[in-house]
Amino acid sequence: MNRLLSTILLCLLPLSAWAGIGEEGARHLLARTGFGANPGQIALYAPLSREQAVDRLLDHATYTALTAAPGWVHEPFDRPGKPNLSEEEKKALQKERNEHAQELRGWWLEEMRISPSPLTEKMTLFWHNHFVSGLDKVGVPQLMYQQNVLLRKQALGNFGQLLHAIARDPAMMRYLDTVNNRKGQPNENFAREVMELFTLGEGHYSEQDIREAARAFTGWSLDKDFQFVYRPNLHDNGDKTIFGEQGNFDGDDVLDMLLRNPQTARFITLKLWKTLVSPTPDAADIQRLSTLFYRDNYEIRPLLHAMLLTPAFWKSQGQLIKSPLELTVGTLVTFDLTPPDWRALAGLNRQLGQDVFNPPNVKGWPGGDVWINSSTLLTRKQFLDRLSHDAAPIRNNFIKADGQMDETGGRQARIQRLIQAGLRPIKLQPDEWTAIYHVRTAADSARLLLAVPPAQPLPADMSGAQAIAPLLLDPAYQVQ
Amino acid sequence: MFQRREFLKAMGAGLLVSVLPNLSYALAPAGYQRLLVLIELKGGNDGLNTVIPYASDDYYRLRPSIGIPRQQVLQLNEQVGLHPAMSSLMPLWQNKEVAVLQGVGYPDPNLSHFRSIEIWETASASNQYLGEGWLTRLFRSQPTPPGFAADGVVLSSQNLGPLDGGARAVVLSNPQDFARQAKLAADQQAGAHSSALSHILKVEGDIRTAATALEQPAMKAPPNPAEAPTAPPKAVGGFAQAVNTLADILQNGTHIAVARITLTGFDTHGNQQPTQARLLAELADGLALLKNRLQAQGRWDDTLVLSYAEFGRRPRENGNRGTDHGTANSHFLLGGRVKGGLYGQTAQLAGINDGNLPHAIDFRQLYSTVVQDWWGKDAHQLFGQRFDRLPVLRA
Repeated sequence: MNRLLSTILLCLLPLSAWAGIGEEGARHLLARTGFGANPGQIALYAPLSREQAVDRLLDHATYTALTAAPGWVHEPFDRPGKPNLSEEEKKALQKERNEHAQELRGWWLEEMRISPSPLTEKMTLFWHNHFVSGLDKVGVPQLMYQQNVLLRKQALGNFGQLLHAIARDPAMMRYLDTVNNRKGQPNENFAREVMELFTLGEGHYSEQDIREAARAFTGWSLDKDFQFVYRPNLHDNGDKTIFGEQGNFDGDDVLDMLLRNPQTARFITLKLWKTLVSPTPDAADIQRLSTLFYRDNYEIRPLLHAMLLTPAFWKSQGQLIKSPLELTVGTLVTFDLTPPDWRALAGLNRQLGQDVFNPPNVKGWPGGDVWINSSTLLTRKQFLDRLSHDAAPIRNNFIKADGQMDETGGRQARIQRLIQAGLRPIKLQPDEWTAIYHVRTAADSARLLLAVPPAQPLPADMSGAQAIAPLLLDPAYQVQ
Repeated sequence: MFQRREFLKAMGAGLLVSVLPNLSYALAPAGYQRLLVLIELKGGNDGLNTVIPYASDDYYRLRPSIGIPRQQVLQLNEQVGLHPAMSSLMPLWQNKEVAVLQGVGYPDPNLSHFRSIEIWETASASNQYLGEGWLTRLFRSQPTPPGFAADGVVLSSQNLGPLDGGARAVVLSNPQDFARQAKLAADQQAGAHSSALSHILKVEGDIRTAATALEQPAMKAPPNPAEAPTAPPKAVGGFAQAVNTLADILQNGTHIAVARITLTGFDTHGNQQPTQARLLAELADGLALLKNRLQAQGRWDDTLVLSYAEFGRRPRENGNRGTDHGTANSHFLLGGRVKGGLYGQTAQLAGINDGNLPHAIDFRQLYSTVVQDWWGKDAHQLFGQRFDRLPVLRA
């Protein structure tokens, strides 16, 4: 009997890999690889197999932002620290930079919300939090924009190319003092962080490697327009000994040495796993994936493909705490909402601890439990509470006599509403949302909104629309 | 947990704490019944214009336009004196309740606001990155007793600072608002959850605990300080409000080990004088108010106030009648058990041109003094090395 049962199960097993991932699977994949999960997208992915779903995600990836950047990003700018400015001129310049910084944050958040490839934005954010630069030190919003374009272009591209490009990136060169690193007066900041935080991780290099590598990067500089320029007269042409090799190395040589070390592949794979899958990776998974990453010459797309198809990924629901952006932008994505002012949403995320273009330090946002304290949790809940408070009244008027949802009615109501002027676009519409996406019951709502069952069970007779508010405030909404 | 409660009962402390909340503080031995109030002077207060080496010609050489004239300085001795805006601190000084700490800093100083405050708040070395606040680490290894509303409250800031990374910390603008918001935190049983969800539930629990403690009946009718037997000095502004909020929740019998109040605006790169004078007046008036209110509650002897900031400022003024980021700084320790006087070293300005000051007191010496001598906890283990404590507390 037992043998028979296991034979049947074994026959069924391969089928499950081909069967559709279902609403739960689709919601999980979309939320982890983007920001929230819109029920329309969930419906699109639910019938696909794991492989098909992951392929679709990767095939639809984009490399440029859809949202138009503010006009000033391409305009010439004054260098910070420009001499002979009056106090008023300095203040005016600072004010303008602050306004630009706000617009830039709003621009990126809008892109996260509307991008047809949320995975691209997720990975751009991942690299922003890996190759950290921050406005506080860089000073020039234009340079942060330029860096963001680079990170997006290579978001799913090649890590080696990205590393070489980021080392020459003007924002990075200001942030980690490459510009102050000269022959005879080395500044070790970049040399240290490129090993400790960008490639190898602590414990895989010596202080001498750092000192010598700093010499190799001398001569890398910025011209008067803040673009990369090599200044041979500032470069230290002497021999350097790095990782036991001796020669007249330059910066690119050092980066290539770092890429030749498989530890770099392990370090990146582990960090990506902790961002996309779980805080507790399995050593064998990391070993297999990082070997593949190394063998593929640091191509990011195949690494993502393999990681998203590990069995561990598909049973990791609820193991990650949502970042502020995953929570706020994700909620807007889920409910088809658009705030009247993106800068305000950026301000909220700053309060919640995720100020884009300005991570706390070169290590980036630590993430995980650190996102949540009494202050940030209450601020998160106030945001969600306000959304549900400000929601349109629930009338359940799109539930048909047979218990099915009147999708046509919901869509018509939405169109009606959208052509009427004066309505706040942030307003949640529980009736329309549940009608359009066939969310009949509280259980339907929970399946679309939560990665794990609610901590506060809901009454069975609650409608899908009524369940939205309690589910948003449930502790389980904070994880994914 | 159970054992500790039994122990307290045996000592009679449990009874004392629950029945006579105010009196219980009067004789508090070293331990978390003693309160630490941290005052963050955000932006990097200019210590040289706070504790002024007015006898030094070099001071006036370095600060031709923003130096405080000799005759205006509130003299502490023949060498140094306080900024004239700090007159409300003088009675405390004369009462020997103020330790003036000169030259507080750390080796290999960092001049970035963010990084340097992180060094202070995590109590790390300059090249060391610690993810958690130093008080979080302390309360994890040596927890506050049961019945505490929270490890600490944070006032006038959203940033948990030294309580970041896991301490039971509550950000309060006013207790009523908090109690209202706290209703958004669900009250639920811990079950078998992922560690992510468990963490959310833990923080929700912290919020509920604090809110319940803050919702005591007395809270709903806060005592009017003006009717207290000794009317406090008039103090206005956000800092005074925060001081009053703190005094209100303490008066209500709420147990906490730490409070942190942030006073912000000290990043005075240009036209420093009016800004700093206003802030220092707000600081001194607020500290006098704090003393007044806590003394009325019989708690002043069990209160220790310590100021801190990311850094001090450059001795030489800049071209905009302001000062740029510097290193070592002056700070204050106040309280009923503080041995008033001058500690550390007055800034040696003789050789200084564009450079910065070396430090005389490592800030971790102050933290070690707090941990070991104020709270009776192990500082060595906490900071990973031994820092000489300052003999700044009376027994």
